Amino acid sequence: MSEGTRLENANPVIFQRSGDRVQTASEEDEDVHDPIDDREIFDLIRSINDPEHPLSLEELNVVEQVRVKVNDAESTVGIEFTPTIPHCSMATLIGLSIKVKLLRSLPDRFKIDVCITPGTHASEEAVNKQLADKERVAAALENASLLEVVNQCLSTRSI
Amino acid sequence: MNPVALPLNYNLVQLLELRACVFLHCCSSSLHFTKLICLFVCLFCSGVKDGKFTVLQLVEALGSSLTSSQPHTRARGVLLLSEVLQECYRDLTEREVEVLIAFYENRLKDHYVVTPPVLKGLKELTKCTNLPPGSAVSMLRSVFQDIHVQVRLSYCCTFKGLGADFVFGFVQSMDGERDPRNLLLAFQIAKNLIHRGYELGKFTEELFEVTSCYFPIDFSPPPNDPHGITREELVQALRAVLTGTPNFAEFLLPLLIEKLDSDVQSAKLDSLQTLAACVSQYEHKHVAEFLQGLWTAVRREVFQTSSERIESAGLAALTALTSCLSRSVLSSDSEDSLSTFLDFILTDCKHHLCEPDLKLVWPSAKLLQAACSASTSASHIITAAVMPSLLEQYNNRAQCSHRRTLLEVVQRFIHSVKNYESVFLAFRESLCGVVFSALSENNSSLQITATSVLTSLAQQAGLLLESDIELALDHLTRLLLIEEDDRVSLAVAECAGALAQLHPALVISKLIPRLKNEMYTGKLLKISCILGTGTHTSSVYVTWPSCLFRAHESRPRGGDVSFSVDEVVLTCRSLQRIAEQVQDTEEAGRCFHNIIIPHLLSLALQAALQGEKGSVKGLTSFILRHQNSFNLNLLSITYELTDFHPLSPEATTASRAVSLFLDGDVSFLPDNSFPSHMQLLKGDSWSLSRLVCLLMGSVCSLPRSVEVPQIDKLLSALEEMSCTCSHPLSYTSAAKCFAGLVNKKPQGDSLDSCACPQVSKALLLRYHPLFTTLTDKLFSLLDDAGLGPMAAADGFSLLMSDSTDVLNRACHADVRIMYRQRFFSENKAKLVQGFNAAPQEKKPNYLKALSNIVNKLPKQVQVTELPALLSLLLEALSGPDQDIHLTTLSCLEPVLVNPPQVLIQQLEALVNRLLALLCSPAMSVRIASLSCISALSYFPVLPFRARVLRALAKPLDDKKRLVRREAVQARAQWFLLGSPGGR
Repeated sequence: MSEGTRLENANPVIFQRSGDRVQTASEEDEDVHDPIDDREIFDLIRSINDPEHPLSLEELNVVEQVRVKVNDAESTVGIEFTPTIPHCSMATLIGLSIKVKLLRSLPDRFKIDVCITPGTHASEEAVNKQLADKERVAAALENASLLEVVNQCLSTRSI
Repeated sequence: MNPVALPLNYNLVQLLELRACVFLHCCSSSLHFTKLICLFVCLFCSGVKDGKFTVLQLVEALGSSLTSSQPHTRARGVLLLSEVLQECYRDLTEREVEVLIAFYENRLKDHYVVTPPVLKGLKELTKCTNLPPGSAVSMLRSVFQDIHVQVRLSYCCTFKGLGADFVFGFVQSMDGERDPRNLLLAFQIAKNLIHRGYELGKFTEELFEVTSCYFPIDFSPPPNDPHGITREELVQALRAVLTGTPNFAEFLLPLLIEKLDSDVQSAKLDSLQTLAACVSQYEHKHVAEFLQGLWTAVRREVFQTSSERIESAGLAALTALTSCLSRSVLSSDSEDSLSTFLDFILTDCKHHLCEPDLKLVWPSAKLLQAACSASTSASHIITAAVMPSLLEQYNNRAQCSHRRTLLEVVQRFIHSVKNYESVFLAFRESLCGVVFSALSENNSSLQITATSVLTSLAQQAGLLLESDIELALDHLTRLLLIEEDDRVSLAVAECAGALAQLHPALVISKLIPRLKNEMYTGKLLKISCILGTGTHTSSVYVTWPSCLFRAHESRPRGGDVSFSVDEVVLTCRSLQRIAEQVQDTEEAGRCFHNIIIPHLLSLALQAALQGEKGSVKGLTSFILRHQNSFNLNLLSITYELTDFHPLSPEATTASRAVSLFLDGDVSFLPDNSFPSHMQLLKGDSWSLSRLVCLLMGSVCSLPRSVEVPQIDKLLSALEEMSCTCSHPLSYTSAAKCFAGLVNKKPQGDSLDSCACPQVSKALLLRYHPLFTTLTDKLFSLLDDAGLGPMAAADGFSLLMSDSTDVLNRACHADVRIMYRQRFFSENKAKLVQGFNAAPQEKKPNYLKALSNIVNKLPKQVQVTELPALLSLLLEALSGPDQDIHLTTLSCLEPVLVNPPQVLIQQLEALVNRLLALLCSPAMSVRIASLSCISALSYFPVLPFRARVLRALAKPLDDKKRLVRREAVQARAQWFLLGSPGGR
């Protein structure tokens, strides 16, 4: 098929999307302090678009709530993501999108750690190293064409 | 000067000459010209028609002007001639026509100001019946040779029936055209050429080439375009040309295949839509050789697309193509192109249906279903190929999620063939088996899908047997009785409702009796759902309510039997649904007015009385405790009933209610153990006094034509109650009831003024003259230290909002159109003046009133009024009152979607105010302000980007999750602003 030549993985497995978070009474109470929890972080990243498919990272199971760890008190966030195939060339781009989304959406105090789920990608170490390097992330975002792709992943889809 | 008076029988030529000269010299101004030309045309025409002189003599007479050195004079001369021709082209001889054509063709070479009258004359000449042979072609040739395209195009649509030469001339003239106005015209002409059966002949390909080179249209009108031509107009005009004739098929289809491969989304979309449009005209022989290419292109779009619009356009094109192939009559030697085409589809899609957890299962299913929905024959071929393997898959798969996907695919297939009966007959048994096994499964989402499959199957006419329905009802009943999951119950109830509409007799005999027996076990929710969705049969709705009552009454009164409030409320709600559903039949009306409403009134009254005594038991105690919701339900029931029988039963209910409340007349209530002469409107006890809302339900819903008995007495009792009673529900109900009655009172009756917003509203709605006095009173209250902040300012909100219970059209209230706009335009000046004059501490009252009023205005009015009020609204945002902030923000937010210019000028102030509100102590204000900031990101706000992003960092760490969520969204929008790939 012609699409086989264009996409690395033309027919990926699709996973169910989780529903919207149920609003609780305490969330509507002015005086209660709602801590930032795993689900809240997961809600931030689950709707990020895949660079190749018209699907979200959640639908491709690239991100899962169990692989999101947040500690509000210590201001740390750790996220592991799973590329759909071990040779996925988009892994760095996906990681960068997740990182940028969190940088834009979380308070400064958080230390954000994004890495590949251990054992799921051929060049895991290299990708992790790139994503952990602050200067390289900053440099990547200076690159207009890269920033464009990242912004497209982070936009809500139209048309 | 009166030229008509000149004698005509003199020396004709001389006279004509004289007149022509007079004419041409007189018309120095264009105003004169138009007046004069009418006179002269009239004159000359009558001369020609009467045979006093000929047209050629006229030409001769006009000689000096036609050969004048001034182009404008020449133009006038020709125009005069053309106008005369318009009147008398019928009287021309062939010889005259020939001379005139020669003259006009020659004039085409003249100065451009002469051209329009020349073309006009040629147009008139084409109408002549005795056109010399060959003259049309020569005329056309001269037109195409000598005239610049823009002028030409507007005239050439008048040359009809001139054959391929005309087409060729047209092709040459439109070649290379760039102006959208001319293109639009050219496309319309080309469409007419095709539709009016011009012989395209050997120029078919030329005509296609010259138009298709514009496909797909890529045009964005310049800003402030005075001609207002849109891309969509051009697209539609061009599409009408390209799809106009099957002769284009061999050129168009390869072009579409090529353009579908484009990277531009709009090109793909346009190609798919054009494909769907063109094949409706084609036969199989036109598309046969392109089938493979078309299929590959459409499949690629649906498999890979990122856009729903392209996907649905692709599916629509596939359906159109399949139905084109199905339509064709096959000759014995031609290949069966429908089955060839369906083979392509099946080969590429069928195997994906066997992988229910992979991405391509849905696109494949959609493609197959699109083909399926095209025709009976296609649906037979596809279902025969696909259904057995789907059903087998279902039985072999163990995972519920896989089974559910398969079931959903099956349901979509059933849905896609809903117009073709008997397609599924062969699979009836296995489908029923699958559905019933899914219903017996222990997985709620599988059960829910199964109910919707069952509904679709039942909706296929003539598919299911009676025994299938009975079996289905057994399953549904079982689920209704045992299922705990609300989503499943709801789905089952909806399905049962759908079945009840299709097979009422079966549902009444099988389902209802078994549910009745279970009525005590708290299943009312489900039962009322069924009643809400189906059963229009009179026997059901008449017997059902009495069943409900018996169910309540047969419960022991006393003891500790637990009545759940939900049950009572649900009983009422199901009654309300029945009231909504029942058609206008007398039987139903009588049942409600004679049995149900007295019954409910009696229950309410009992509860109220026992509440007074302090000894409440059983059902009544519950009604009492939850009186408000009970009463409101009862109220809605009475409202639902207002639409039928305007005179008989409901007027009785109203007069009974009035006599109950005014005179304590309890004779019509069923359980007659009430004390006589109760004073329901005067009592101090709130448990009794709040029953007044039931009175409101009975009398306020009456149509205006029905007179309420003892209305004056009732009004004064209500007025007193609304002023003296201290229980909120009671006094508002009394006021509402009063307002409802006042609104319907005939004009001219005396009305005592009383400064109650409800009453003002009743009068505002009908533009009563007294209303202004009341408004002034209300305005003066704004300055009142005690009442101002609360009562008066909120009163304006009440005035402007839609009333849900009494003062609306459903209750036959007298509601004039645009009463809000009227109120606003009459009072905005007062409000602004009042604000400016008010002392500092009273200003917030005015702001609150203002924001309450503006909030309720329709958006168009808000946008037009905003310029005048913007500074006041911005003022309102900077005050300390959180309520004012909230109402003002909610006024602003809808306006921000499409902001008026004046707002753009005040961006700086607006951004500052909004950012300041991010620190508001009220989370609702913070949220509203964040969503306004988010909307602002679509404005020209690039200069604020850095500042806003910095300010939005703080709410990201808000203690409330809902605020953080809004902040994340707003900040994401602002990050995309001015960034590559963003906006």
